[in-house]
Amino acid sequence: MSLLLEPPIRQEFVYAAPPPAGIAVELPLPRWQRLWQQAGWRKGLILIVLALLWEGAARWTNNDLLLPSFWQTAQAFVGGIASGELLTRTGASLNVLLQGYVLGLLAAFLLTLLAVSTRIGRDVLETLTAMFNPLPAIALLPLALLWFGLGRGSLIFVIVHSVMWPLALNTYAGFQSVPETLRMAGRNYGLSGLRLVLHILVPGALPSIVSGLKIGWAFAWRTLIAAELVFGTTSSGQGGLGWYIFQNRNELYTDKVFAGLAAVIVIGLLVENIGFRTLERVTLKRWGMQR
Amino acid sequence: MHTPAFQLVRPPAGVAPLLSVDKVSLEYRSEQRTVRATHEVSFDVFRGDRFVLLGPSGCGKSSLLKAVAGFIAPRSGSITMEGLPIKKPGPDRVVVFQEFDQLPPWKTVLENVMFPLLASKRLDKVAARERAHHWIAKVGLAGFEQAHPHTLSGGMKQRVAIARALAMQPEVLLMDEPFAALDALTRRKMQEELGRLWEELRFTLVFVTHSIEEALVVGNRILLLSPHPGRVRAELNSHQFGLHSAGSAEFQAASSRIHGLLFDEETTVAETAEHDLHRSAV
Repeated sequence: MSLLLEPPIRQEFVYAAPPPAGIAVELPLPRWQRLWQQAGWRKGLILIVLALLWEGAARWTNNDLLLPSFWQTAQAFVGGIASGELLTRTGASLNVLLQGYVLGLLAAFLLTLLAVSTRIGRDVLETLTAMFNPLPAIALLPLALLWFGLGRGSLIFVIVHSVMWPLALNTYAGFQSVPETLRMAGRNYGLSGLRLVLHILVPGALPSIVSGLKIGWAFAWRTLIAAELVFGTTSSGQGGLGWYIFQNRNELYTDKVFAGLAAVIVIGLLVENIGFRTLERVTLKRWGMQR
Repeated sequence: MHTPAFQLVRPPAGVAPLLSVDKVSLEYRSEQRTVRATHEVSFDVFRGDRFVLLGPSGCGKSSLLKAVAGFIAPRSGSITMEGLPIKKPGPDRVVVFQEFDQLPPWKTVLENVMFPLLASKRLDKVAARERAHHWIAKVGLAGFEQAHPHTLSGGMKQRVAIARALAMQPEVLLMDEPFAALDALTRRKMQEELGRLWEELRFTLVFVTHSIEEALVVGNRILLLSPHPGRVRAELNSHQFGLHSAGSAEFQAASSRIHGLLFDEETTVAETAEHDLHRSAV
């Protein structure tokens, strides 16, 4: 008896393999599964659960001064919007924020452009980001107040600082990760310098750039609200959201403090889900650069 | 025993080579040292040639192609096209790379083929679109114009790259192991189609490969390079072979002759081992 395992020799078959009849190749999913596939529904559910937890905790502590309930906050929020105060405060904050954000974006792009075109530019970028990226923008506020005075200029200065370093770092890392073959293909067609950057490097590095934009946006918001907590009245006498929160805390309108915080959160959610998500859908997802 | 008598062919009179590579040495510089990739390699490519650079890995064949494309400057020697030295990359020498990421993923097939025409400012948008449609159909991708590269198979991506290169109507088409990342069946089909396109258009092709069979099937002239650093081992004719001749006795003979030339420096045992290795690689 042999110890070697010998498989049996069998008959050969050849089939015609026609397409299967009577079986649907594609079937739609049931309705609730399709709803569950949409991130909006899932996230809405999370928000409802959080609101319920909040409401429960507030009723349990039963102290309006320390923790107003979700319902009271919602009322203060709606009231603030109806009176127009919350909207003008938000508008003032967003105005400063956007100016700082756009300036920071330009600065970051110029810095990275310099970094990809010359070696000394790269050294400059690496040294500067290593120095300033860990430095909290708010720590520069006392200096900014000294230089630019009590007002818009100081706010924009700290926002630019908080946006440009992380964005430059991300953009540069993205440029570095663009495949060599793609760069060579671009150079092959006669692209060089700024045209190579705009046609090949920027779209090729878009995943990193978008994540840099998101980080920059979050940093800018944080810095702005924190700076406004320190001083709110700009030269026009109109403070932003941070100042709104600070003032209402001083007057112990805790529900309005929460309404101000809610406004910050709502804007964050809107920008993330409508702005950045749409940007990702029409670019990165469509191009297969992101799942 | 490997080398039959060389065919005696009179040098072509009155025809100047399109591309001339003269005693070119290429070096790579790292922080510690320089590595010589090729040593005094010379060859001429004529109009309509399907010129193959063949050799084992490390013979500098890809580096040579990149030097012809203008991405690497030679350490010594000269590369001239129609008498003019090559200084930088240009759209008259379009490269088809092995890697699939040569296609920008943010452009559709149509935009990918239009891209070099617009980037090099050869055509306006309308004319570029028209020409792109023509070449996409030529490589058998009609109907996929609006698809993004990530939705295509490897073979289809290489076809887009070939369409993109041919649409430029370059003086020389440079291909760097374009089918090496494809499966065996697709590779054979692509070789067939490349042959068909050449029959129709008679472009000039410089083709890098490490497969002896592919070299014989694709090329009409083969430059054999030996490794570390790359030196010219032989320059052979293969115009008599096509896809149909694979498996014929002459084809086998030419194949084993090249094999002998590439590996004769090693001992017999190593040679058979290399032979087996190479077989499985092909």
